[in-house]
Amino acid sequence: MTTEAGSETEVKEKAEESAAEPDQSEKATEDSQEVANAEVEEKERAKVKEKEGKEGKGISRYLPTWLKKQKSQSQTSPTKEDPPTEEPVSEVTQEEEGPTPEVNGHAEEVEEKEEVKSEQVKEKEAETHSNASADTEPAKEEKVEESAEKSPEETKETTEGEGAEEETKEKEGAVEAEGEAGEGQTSIFQSPLRLVRKNKMKLVVCHVTLLDGTDFTCEVEKRAKGQYLFFKVCEHLNLLEKDYFGLTYKDNHDQKCWLDPTKEIKRQIRSNNWQFAFNVKFYPPDPSLLTEDITRYLLCLQLREDVASGRLPCSFVTHALLGSYTLQAEIGDYEPDQPRPLDFISQLTFAPNQNKEMEEKILELYKSHRGMTPAQADTQFLENAKKLSMYGVDLHHAKDSEGVDIMLGVCANGLLVYKDRLRINRFAWPKILKISYKRNNFYIKIRPGETEQFESTVGFKLENHRAAKRLWKVCVENHSFFRLNAPEPPTKARFLTLGSKFRYSGRTQAQTRMASSLIDRPAPSFERTSSKRISRSLDGAPMISITEAGRESAENGREPHLELHSDSKVTVVDVSPGDAEAMPSQHSPGSSELGPPQSSLRVHGDNIYVRHSNLMLEDHDKTQEEVLKHQASISQLKRSFMEAPPPSPPQPNQWEKRLTSSPATIRLQQQQVVSVPQTEAATADNAISDTKEPAKTTEVEIEETVVVQEISRAPKPGLVTVAASTPAAPSAEQEMREQEVEVQEEAVVVEEAKPRKEESISSESESEEEAEYHPYLPVSISHTQIPEEKEEEEEQEKQEEDKTPELQVLASDASSLPAEVIQPAEETRREEVESKKEDNTETEKTTNAEEEKEVERETEESTDDPMVTPDEAPNGLTLPEEGVTVMDARAEEEEEPKMNGEPSLTEAEPLPQVICCSEPPVVKTEMVTISDTFAAQKTEIATKEVPIVHTETKTITYEAAQLDGNGDGEPGVLMTAQTITSESLCTTTTTHITKTLKGGLSETRIEKRIVITGDCDIDHDQALAQAIKEAKEQHPDMSVTRVVVHKETELAEED
Amino acid sequence: MAGLMAGFGHYTHAVVRGIPASLAKEALRSSQTEVDLAKAVKEQEAYVEVLRTRLGLEVVELPADESLPDCVFVEDAAVVCGDTALITRPGAESRRGETEAMKGALKDLNLNIVEMTDENATLDGGDVLFTGREFFVGLSKRTNQRGAEILADAFKDYAVSTVPVLEGLHLKSFCSMGGPGLIVIGSSEPAQKALKIMQQMSDHRYDKLTVPDDLAANCIYMNLPSKGHVLLHCTAEEFPESAKESLNACSSQFASPCRVFIS
Repeated sequence: MTTEAGSETEVKEKAEESAAEPDQSEKATEDSQEVANAEVEEKERAKVKEKEGKEGKGISRYLPTWLKKQKSQSQTSPTKEDPPTEEPVSEVTQEEEGPTPEVNGHAEEVEEKEEVKSEQVKEKEAETHSNASADTEPAKEEKVEESAEKSPEETKETTEGEGAEEETKEKEGAVEAEGEAGEGQTSIFQSPLRLVRKNKMKLVVCHVTLLDGTDFTCEVEKRAKGQYLFFKVCEHLNLLEKDYFGLTYKDNHDQKCWLDPTKEIKRQIRSNNWQFAFNVKFYPPDPSLLTEDITRYLLCLQLREDVASGRLPCSFVTHALLGSYTLQAEIGDYEPDQPRPLDFISQLTFAPNQNKEMEEKILELYKSHRGMTPAQADTQFLENAKKLSMYGVDLHHAKDSEGVDIMLGVCANGLLVYKDRLRINRFAWPKILKISYKRNNFYIKIRPGETEQFESTVGFKLENHRAAKRLWKVCVENHSFFRLNAPEPPTKARFLTLGSKFRYSGRTQAQTRMASSLIDRPAPSFERTSSKRISRSLDGAPMISITEAGRESAENGREPHLELHSDSKVTVVDVSPGDAEAMPSQHSPGSSELGPPQSSLRVHGDNIYVRHSNLMLEDHDKTQEEVLKHQASISQLKRSFMEAPPPSPPQPNQWEKRLTSSPATIRLQQQQVVSVPQTEAATADNAISDTKEPAKTTEVEIEETVVVQEISRAPKPGLVTVAASTPAAPSAEQEMREQEVEVQEEAVVVEEAKPRKEESISSESESEEEAEYHPYLPVSISHTQIPEEKEEEEEQEKQEEDKTPELQVLASDASSLPAEVIQPAEETRREEVESKKEDNTETEKTTNAEEEKEVERETEESTDDPMVTPDEAPNGLTLPEEGVTVMDARAEEEEEPKMNGEPSLTEAEPLPQVICCSEPPVVKTEMVTISDTFAAQKTEIATKEVPIVHTETKTITYEAAQLDGNGDGEPGVLMTAQTITSESLCTTTTTHITKTLKGGLSETRIEKRIVITGDCDIDHDQALAQAIKEAKEQHPDMSVTRVVVHKETELAEED
Repeated sequence: MAGLMAGFGHYTHAVVRGIPASLAKEALRSSQTEVDLAKAVKEQEAYVEVLRTRLGLEVVELPADESLPDCVFVEDAAVVCGDTALITRPGAESRRGETEAMKGALKDLNLNIVEMTDENATLDGGDVLFTGREFFVGLSKRTNQRGAEILADAFKDYAVSTVPVLEGLHLKSFCSMGGPGLIVIGSSEPAQKALKIMQQMSDHRYDKLTVPDDLAANCIYMNLPSKGHVLLHCTAEEFPESAKESLNACSSQFASPCRVFIS
């Protein structure tokens, strides 16, 4: 992936920037080494390439392992890829990552890149230049440029906002490709050196239990990543559609865990037991869409095991039917003269509670399958298995909020909740806004359906935090695999102090299907047998013998059936075992490994490489190549996906479309993204992260996720929306804001970020305790992130300025937008804040502390509001003194944000916020004020144009007789907030609790703000009634003293 | 009856039971209206006639039992899916005896009999909605969680989701299947609520047919080998509006609609 490489490099650069004199010197030496090597090789082209590569990313690449390691630790950026453990391999990976098409004609970009890199290159420059003298022209030019632009660039880099960064980043990506391609060759030529290094690596023997029960043994370097082993296994199995599968290991607590392909094996297993199992990770909902029979066969094996073990429950008849297909597939047609067939069947395990009756039934059905080929039998098996209700459901023990034992099932469609055998709830992926865990709690935030009124967060207790994390990971992966078109980039910005930045790194189902469709190899022959259950050979000599060992054990004269399995055998013969490892991917034209466009240059390199590997580097290099190709193909796929309409967009929402229509947004977002790495570098020293995620964010991904980013972008304006405010606590931040009247919105954002920043730093290290995942707003996180991590205000301001145009667009746009756009993302941020806070207070771990923090936060946020209101209060809304009314989102803000011409005391925050702590807030009370605001919008949403919206506003106030003390300066405590969105309606509820002491009398006021926005008709009366009813229900001991209804209706649209 | 994971399979048999004279006085009632015994008997005759002659089903007629005033409601005594028949444990104690005769009849049809022996479990067949792909079990006055669990155990292939039934007697008091993937649902609030829950709980998508009257939502859909899709529903006289809805739905849903009114 171009982008991956790019980002990685960038990250590294940052790191270097931040410190590391030694690094540089180290690099220099390394560099010279490389140069020497190249010279020895005396290949002109290679040299050029190497140069390019060096300048691009090569620099850091050549760092010795230990050095890199150190660096990355200090950097603390979990998003980064683990330091390459085996130098050669990692290099190869990087080389391959670049999409080949870009190899040619990117001189410009290269230059740009050079500029960026110049700082790091400084030291080396002398050497490089000397080297360059022997180089071809282009390389030289670059060098010159480099030195010339060096100093200005440096300054730029530090001061400039995201914009520049983004650009450079993109370019880097491209450059990377070039450099990489070149690098590929270089590495070949340099192989002697590498070999030496490699030999130093310690090899470990891995045992992988395959689906047929056999053991596959292979050696890997001690620091190899998960995917290395996985690809080894797939290669052994001759499996191309590998994305449905994964490797598992048992952790120290004997729990089955998925081996993360992007991380070092050693770090994951944490034991000396290099024992793994090859398993189906994602059960394809429709196995008939799999391309190859071998894939289906492996899926069958997994399912047979699932069924036989009882993990996949089925009825008697289904057991019998599946068993009969198994027999047909594995031993072929029923032989009437077979002696005692039942004895034979009873040797096999088909069901957990297998009995004679079932075996008879199996035999009966088996007889009826005569003539069915093994592949057909497998297909039939799968067709029946896939309908089982527990097919592909990964169950996890949990307890609900009341401590009742339940099971949580993760599957392609979402999250299922079971109590005993009964499904008691189901949360489809589209309904889940956020998935998170904290310690042993697992939370999902749910977008409400029509039956529910409000969004809610559902919490479950798991046995321990490991279980919670495991479940969370499985959810993230399943969601990504089945719902996304491309994997979400791992969170670059640490928007949370939360530890795990885990993201699914493989191909999604959409991608793997795409890739599978490109498979163009003769169907590989394979042996169908399940030695676990059947200890006899049932097939002819296979090309790839999965069960070489136990094959002969119980022949039983089954030889005649062998021909059944030979259907595809012939075709594969020409693949010689020696080549086989590299063959399928490299030489078969359309195999999934190869993305469509391959540059001849790289192919050439590959070939050379292959030769080498045949000689010396066989295992590692070849596999590595596969890995690389896999990655390359991913990036290519991504590209194609970007162009093609997504088959099943994760969330085809109206607002998405609307947002996409503002181009400014996109641009800005990209800029923002760039800042992330910087941030990382900046904060690098603050914490140590042990989670190292693959540095996989790439320009390509950014582009792909533009839509999502837009969504995330929206929230910013949403922030501004918050109209209510507290007069209290004028802060420096406020001042700053004042200076930037025009940019207030931005200011708000920044401000919010700041407090967070402080808070977050300290807690960064407790990584694994919690994490969040937003199925809907993956990128938003990183965006919102950005400001908070920025160290320099200048940068922030810059950023803000950058953002301004976009905001304006959004703002105008937003007038027609339902609040939903804004709110959810907003929510995200808030929650992040929340969690951080929690982290902070973790030591004390009292709810109180958290709440206090809440208050603080609130205050800070509320300070923003005065700023906001003044300049956009043209319509001057009359509102209760409490200043309660929060209009939803932009529309309101633009029209009549200012209430009473002064900041109201309770800040009304439409910002959705969910308090993450498991304990619900406790409220004691004497008096309640409930102020409800319904801001309803009836808006035709104009997708393309910035609509001019005329609104009519109406405010109804209902006050009960007893009057509460109006705004005493006490800042309220925002207790809860929810946003519920549906296609046309958005309901935001904000609950505010204010406690006052009046002459020794404690008074608690709860303010509830409900904002309903939508572009369809809203029954206001009903909504009001509902709100009052709910308020009464929730706080039976309180009284409703005031209800304010503010209604805003769009009158017409003008051109 | 339904084959293996084959949705509704084919309908071949129908089990009915005579109306005891005690129905009028002793049966459990949810409303106070008088029961016209003679009319009930007449209706049932018409019903059986339709099943037997017009639809060509083999009708198993169980004799009425005067000690079991509710025995005519055979639906509650057993749940049959595939080749398995779950003999229920009705929620009303006075009805527990009804299952004996049903068990015998189903045994004679060569079904695998699963009995609900758990003392804590109750289940009325009227709370069990089989959609062809999964089960919904209404948790009602008559059916409890344990009963639903046992049903789930008996039909392991299918997802069994529970739906709270807050009003009305049974889940199927206001809904039923109108065809593959089509749920006929009453328009009352509890009915609509239940439908939403079902939709949320399901991995499958169902079309819904909302009929004005909850009672009219209680239909019988059959897939007959000889006649194709058949929907047995209330007469137009009884629920004119609902019948019209059903009719419309039928004609749009099925290629060769065959509708039968119970008169």
